[in-house]
Amino acid sequence: MSEMNNRTPVLKVRDLGIDFGGLTAVNELNMTVYDREIYGLIGPNGAGKTTVFNMLTKVYTPTRGTIELCGVNTEKMNTVDVNKLGAARTFQNIRLFMKLSVLDNVKTGMHNKITYSPLEAVLRTKKYYAQEKEVDEKARELLKIFDLQDSADLIAGNLPYGAQRRLEIARALATEPKLLLLDEPAAGMNPQETAELMDVIRFVRDHFGIAILLIEHDMKLVMGICERITVLNYGMKLAEGTPEEIQADPQVVKAYLGE
Amino acid sequence: MKKNIFASMFDQKHRSRTVTYLIVIVSYIVLEILMKTGNLSSLFTSLLVPVCAYIVAAIGLNLNVGFSGELNLGQAGFMSVGAFTGICVSGALGGLIPNTVVRLLASLIAGALMAAVFGYLIGVPVLKLQGDYLAIVTLAFGQIIKSVITNIYLGFDGTGFHMSFVDNKVKLEPGGKMLLNGPMGATGTDRIATFTVGVLLILAALVIVYNLIYSRSGRAIMAARDNRIAAESIGISVSKTKMLAFVVSASLAGAAGALFGLNYSTLLPNKFDFNMSILVLVYVVLGGLGNMTGTVTATVILVLLPELLRSLQDYRMLIYAVILISIMLISNNENMKVTAERLKKKLSRKNLKEAGNE
Amino acid sequence: MAFLSYLINGLGLGSVYAIIALGYTMVYGIAKMLNFAHGDIIMIGAYAAFFALNAFHLPLLVAVLFSVAVCTVLGVLVERLAYKPLRQATSLSVLITAIGVSYFLQNSAQLLWSSATKVFPSVISGGALNLGGVSVSYLTLITVLVCIVVMTCLTLFINRTKTGSAMRACSEDKGAATLMGINVNRIISITFAIGSGLAAIAAVLLCATYPSVYPTLGSMPGIKAFTAAVFGGIGSVPGAFLGGLLLGVIEILAKAYISTQLSDAIVFTVLIIVLLIKPTGLLGRKISEKV
Repeated sequence: MSEMNNRTPVLKVRDLGIDFGGLTAVNELNMTVYDREIYGLIGPNGAGKTTVFNMLTKVYTPTRGTIELCGVNTEKMNTVDVNKLGAARTFQNIRLFMKLSVLDNVKTGMHNKITYSPLEAVLRTKKYYAQEKEVDEKARELLKIFDLQDSADLIAGNLPYGAQRRLEIARALATEPKLLLLDEPAAGMNPQETAELMDVIRFVRDHFGIAILLIEHDMKLVMGICERITVLNYGMKLAEGTPEEIQADPQVVKAYLGE
Repeated sequence: MKKNIFASMFDQKHRSRTVTYLIVIVSYIVLEILMKTGNLSSLFTSLLVPVCAYIVAAIGLNLNVGFSGELNLGQAGFMSVGAFTGICVSGALGGLIPNTVVRLLASLIAGALMAAVFGYLIGVPVLKLQGDYLAIVTLAFGQIIKSVITNIYLGFDGTGFHMSFVDNKVKLEPGGKMLLNGPMGATGTDRIATFTVGVLLILAALVIVYNLIYSRSGRAIMAARDNRIAAESIGISVSKTKMLAFVVSASLAGAAGALFGLNYSTLLPNKFDFNMSILVLVYVVLGGLGNMTGTVTATVILVLLPELLRSLQDYRMLIYAVILISIMLISNNENMKVTAERLKKKLSRKNLKEAGNE
Repeated sequence: MAFLSYLINGLGLGSVYAIIALGYTMVYGIAKMLNFAHGDIIMIGAYAAFFALNAFHLPLLVAVLFSVAVCTVLGVLVERLAYKPLRQATSLSVLITAIGVSYFLQNSAQLLWSSATKVFPSVISGGALNLGGVSVSYLTLITVLVCIVVMTCLTLFINRTKTGSAMRACSEDKGAATLMGINVNRIISITFAIGSGLAAIAAVLLCATYPSVYPTLGSMPGIKAFTAAVFGGIGSVPGAFLGGLLLGVIEILAKAYISTQLSDAIVFTVLIIVLLIKPTGLLGRKISEKV
């Protein structure tokens, strides 16, 4: 932990828990993600990983515990506030704006970076033209990072699966987050695409200087790019540490392979 | 930027928009010439202003149903608010502004503003709901508005407005005028609505909706429609966004209503019933959700259709119904869809973006 | 005492709404569509009963059966011709088609029987029963009884028979129901048949109370019953029953104590308030999306 001390935490989770009816889905979760860190959240199916994401982004309201994002307690916030504060996410079951163009999907991510009013849009003021030009350029730059520049004018729903996953990351980045949450970014990708994705994730961290928290089942990806990992099992933290520590942990091996 | 304006009118993104403006302007010129040369039957002439009103209401509803994705079954309610507001404003301003065009514009704006206020007030509860429940609440509000206006008695005299509710207790000074007579609605209205102003209103509605759609708000409106949770996750306040679409839609209906109301000397509150809401919805759906060119043309065709079928006398509404059902069955037929897709692809190989969006 | 008699009248009107609302709610539950032509099936049912009584001089019970038969056939026919081809279409397309069907039925009626109002013969004698100082007309009593019988039979049918459980399966998940060997198209037809048959019974009860028959007769009761179905939670059979009764009572009480002219506004305001508190109606199921 010592080398982490000079880094500032982006996300601090303390004793986080949620119940659905009488069922406890996540409990007593403690986790800290530091600036510019790539952090992995893994665990068997149904361990509660996506539920953690949903609590972090306030899609679900936690029953217990606190979430501190960029030093601010998010208790009274909703999904929109959390994004404005600096967390953006992707979804396990891709949630793009399927009828919008690829370019417009990224532009929607810049919603809160644009300051002209609806009236100014209707009147087509100078401010409108200037900001639209800026947004267009920025969005195209982002598309380039994800190798989507040639698909800018296609309808998002017509993109192949892998490209849709990349577009979702581009859209999340357009909100200029400090913490990027990726929910199974490599799901459905072939080994070649996964390898490329690993490079892109590292590039995004370095280029934008942000922290990335990711859920993933592809162990090659997780062990390859994550600096630290938390393992969830039945909604509880089973282990935490570097990839080496996790791979050596007998409890983790047991949870994954059974007895 | 200036140099490109003309070229950009016909680029991929804006082509359909330019085509819509052109259709409206060219139709206006042709109809004006026909009218001036006496080649337009009195029946058609009498339909010109109502057609404009229906088009504006439908453009507004398309923003709501097509772009925002919320089924609204109460558009006639907002038209009603606009119509009776417009009539009252025009009636009250009669002595003050003799120029009918200025008075008409003032009434249209008043109708739009009042409908926008109602849209906001109604939007607060309505937009908390989703899907069919949202639809039924807009239907309910349409009914409530109709039923409330049916009970308003409003008069105007030298001392100002006098209003009573349910029973007529309005007493006016000599020279005063009753503007609203409960279930009898408005009578003795100055018929100041003109076709020219109607067409200008259509163009204004198109500019508002198109400019809104190709902007931050428009992208947010469509994003909230396509995926509510994803929209919130990137910082778009879905309730604010949907409210914007709902209020703009209501205010366009209000302006349309004012134009409609000022075209008749008598107007009953019952005119704006559930059937009228449905009628406008039919224009939007048949024209294509999110397709403004379609909305304009479908409205014109469907308003004129019963009149064109007039020679069939009693059978015309029956045939209208059959045509309506047939269009829905044919346009949703799998074989037809495949053929249409093929045709579309052939026609616009290069212009992929337009195919899905507009 | 006045209040009690208003309440009973309200239950009478509410029973009619409930029977119509059952048709709406069943069709919605199974076919997931808002059948705006349902009100016009009531109208056809009213004409059928009118001609059976007036032209053919059939006894009341036979006339009712005749009307039920006509509506059942009509409902199934409409479903087969207009709705079945649209199973994969958007709900808006189906809605517009239903509106087309509604126009079609109304205008057919106008062509066949003119728009002039026909007076429905008095079928249930105007006597009244005295229940502890409150007089209840036989008509109201019969209406409420019919509603209870209909509701009981329907509940038993849905919960106790094989077809009923197939219906429940279809309303949960049509795909899975098909895999279980259920003929979904047949179940949808049966649903339309039952809903339309009930509409005919409602038509006779409605005309016994308000004895005029005209082509747009079904519109307002249709909208009200639809409201009742949403009120109770659309898709829920007990919900439609409860929603119908409550709507009837609220309407009659509003007319009696507040204002006749504003009764519709009050009914719809209550609906809106209920939906704001319970967004899926009184007995509706919560919808939630998996993220």
